Amino acid sequence: MAAEPERAETLLPAWSLPAHAVPGIGIAVEWPERVTREWAWGGSTGRGVRVCIVDSGVDGDHPAVGGLAGAVVVRAGAGDDVVVEPDAEGDACGHGTACAGIVRALAPECELWSARVLGAGFKGSGRVLVGGLRWAIEQGFDVVNLSLSTTKRDFATLLHELADTAYFRRTVLVASAHNMPVESFPWRFSSVISVGSHELDDPFAFFYNPRPPVEFFARGVDLDVAWLGGGTLRCTGNSFATPHITGICALVRSKHPELTPFQLKSVLYLTSANVGGGG
Amino acid sequence: MSGDLRAAVAAGVLSAEDDYRALLRSIVEVARAIFGARASSIFLLDEATDELVFTAVAGEGADSLVGMRLPSSTGIAGWVLVTRQPLVVEDVASDPRFARDAAESTGYVPNALMAVPLLHDELALGVLQVLDRTEPPRFTLAEMELLGLFAHQAAIALHLLQRARKARAALADGEGEQAALARLAQVLETVPEERRAPADALLGALARLLE
Repeated sequence: MAAEPERAETLLPAWSLPAHAVPGIGIAVEWPERVTREWAWGGSTGRGVRVCIVDSGVDGDHPAVGGLAGAVVVRAGAGDDVVVEPDAEGDACGHGTACAGIVRALAPECELWSARVLGAGFKGSGRVLVGGLRWAIEQGFDVVNLSLSTTKRDFATLLHELADTAYFRRTVLVASAHNMPVESFPWRFSSVISVGSHELDDPFAFFYNPRPPVEFFARGVDLDVAWLGGGTLRCTGNSFATPHITGICALVRSKHPELTPFQLKSVLYLTSANVGGGG
Repeated sequence: MSGDLRAAVAAGVLSAEDDYRALLRSIVEVARAIFGARASSIFLLDEATDELVFTAVAGEGADSLVGMRLPSSTGIAGWVLVTRQPLVVEDVASDPRFARDAAESTGYVPNALMAVPLLHDELALGVLQVLDRTEPPRFTLAEMELLGLFAHQAAIALHLLQRARKARAALADGEGEQAALARLAQVLETVPEERRAPADALLGALARLLE
């Protein structure tokens, strides 16, 4: 019998599972009998994890942000193209800085990036959003924070494909849910982690929602966030709940880098305050 | 063409813009009253210039702000429009850029604001803002929901206003299908009662011919 080719993990994805390969498909993560927060991210600082904030830009000099590893601006180019360039302008609103500050507070040693998709006008902003997300997935970020959504159905298919691509490439997309009576994307896709708000003050308090499409609730009401000019503002919105889950994802990925998005979402489920591992 | 449909087309094309403005004005006044706010405003996205335009204002700035324009994708209103996400911000006056821009454009720097996108189907039409509501001990998700409900109502009104404007523009141009429909509606409005039946029969025949 000819020697079977070795099935190294680097050969993933595997499209089928021959009998000889069964012993080699062991899961790298040693899952405990009960997944706790201590197991999931105890001692983690987010070190080694690359997080991208796709938003209004980030003021890297804000003390709550503590520096950026890189920043790009995405703008509409000729035809359907988008152009991605280094961004020296910072934040067009303050919101991206707020998100970056929240992630930094939870995962102090993660590597933060900014992809600015706002500032060049409303026209073409859907294309720019899609372009920004595509760029972030191509860069292979570990976690991408999307505190934004589109209602344009033209972009739904594209976003869906991108979300699935991210899922299979181990890039976790964390997206703000909508609490208004409209259809919007990409938060509704099951390949992303969607986040709504609860009213508690604990930044580490999060809940699994047994009645999706919104999957998790995190802190999003009346919280102090970083804003323009080096100061802070008190804010409310699902768009602030989202970076809390992003930060927690960064902690988990730092401690367990081998987790796939599916496994990571399972860890979030098991460590939700209403599930059992929240203690 | 049935009487209802004729009335609908006529209303869409011919009714006065003033009515829609009054409706929007009423929405911002009610929003202001419910939240006990110092001001409330609706911005409409002007697609041609890619700007946000103050279209209805209640309270502070009611006399001076209508017609004023803001960039469509920067600042808090621009962020809300592009991302379709509502936002509540307190102590906003401490944001130096916001304070400067607000002072320059409106002469009034609010301390707190709630902003919510006005969405109709897949369109983002504008932004509803409520400024300086009476200070509750803390913001609640119930208020957020209320704001969302208001935004839904405002979006429908704004959609009607936009549709009427487009129809009127088409009528003024005198070209295209909309203009033809508008002319037809106008004529039908003035057809005497005794000629309604033949007019409807003629339209029916035309419709069959085109199908």
